[in-house]
Amino acid sequence: MKTKVHVYLKPGVLDVQGKAIEGALHDLGWGDVANVRVGKTIEFEVAGADRVKAEAEAKAMADKLLANTVIESYRVEIV
Amino acid sequence: MKAAVVVFPGSNCDRDCAVGIERSTGAAVDMIWHQETTLPEGLDLIVLPGGFSYGDYLRCGAMAAQSPVMREVVKAANDGVAVIGICNGFQILCEAHLLPGTLLRNSALKYICKSVDLDVINANTRFTAGFGGQSTARMTVGNGEGNFFADEQTLARLEGEGQVAFRYRQNPNGSAHGIAGIVNARGNVLGMMPHPDRAFEPELGSTDGATLFRSVMGCA
Repeated sequence: MKTKVHVYLKPGVLDVQGKAIEGALHDLGWGDVANVRVGKTIEFEVAGADRVKAEAEAKAMADKLLANTVIESYRVEIV
Repeated sequence: MKAAVVVFPGSNCDRDCAVGIERSTGAAVDMIWHQETTLPEGLDLIVLPGGFSYGDYLRCGAMAAQSPVMREVVKAANDGVAVIGICNGFQILCEAHLLPGTLLRNSALKYICKSVDLDVINANTRFTAGFGGQSTARMTVGNGEGNFFADEQTLARLEGEGQVAFRYRQNPNGSAHGIAGIVNARGNVLGMMPHPDRAFEPELGSTDGATLFRSVMGCA
């Protein structure tokens, strides 16, 4: 089963990469672009077909390693 | 006196730390590979050096914090052994939850390599006692992600409990409260972005790093 964990900086944390990209998009003519945030997606396969278990495991992985919950939030997606 | 420097794949200040400690304090320094599952007996100090452990994959310090040796470092820290994390070592200490907060990308998105002047905020820690009446220190920073971040509650606690060890006189990177270095509540774990390991001889422009190493090794 394919699992995706999407990790983003929390809303209150300044995303300097997002700001830089936003500035570049404005320079390219997309002046109405706002609130650009840069995140990452970590995807992997797990054995079995139990979606609930897979989601719980992925959340444990995110809390332990994949995200730093001081500054990041995450969303688990079972594909 | 005995110290250990942990070497992760991608560490690049490990030898600077070893030489700095040896020359400043005369202590014997063991180099400890990150896969070790035991630490030498009778250590007075463990140093996590600067560098780019695991290529900064995932987040700076995140992979190193899960290394086998870190379980032993956490145990030693909980037993009261002094631990210093410098630069990437500071990032590792935060990822290992030995220190609160974390280090974000510098506010100007730039790698910053320069001398910085620091205020010694709490001169009563075992790391800073040796500074005595010296209220400032000069060291260099060299990092892209040295922007200290913690929530307001944590910052208030750090300030209120005397856990801020060093503060930048001119904040180079957007760090919350200008924080350059903090200690844990017990006072035996120090994390700092500036490099004492690049400031231990007059030829290096400053000997304030030697003062720090001598302080923690009790030979100030």
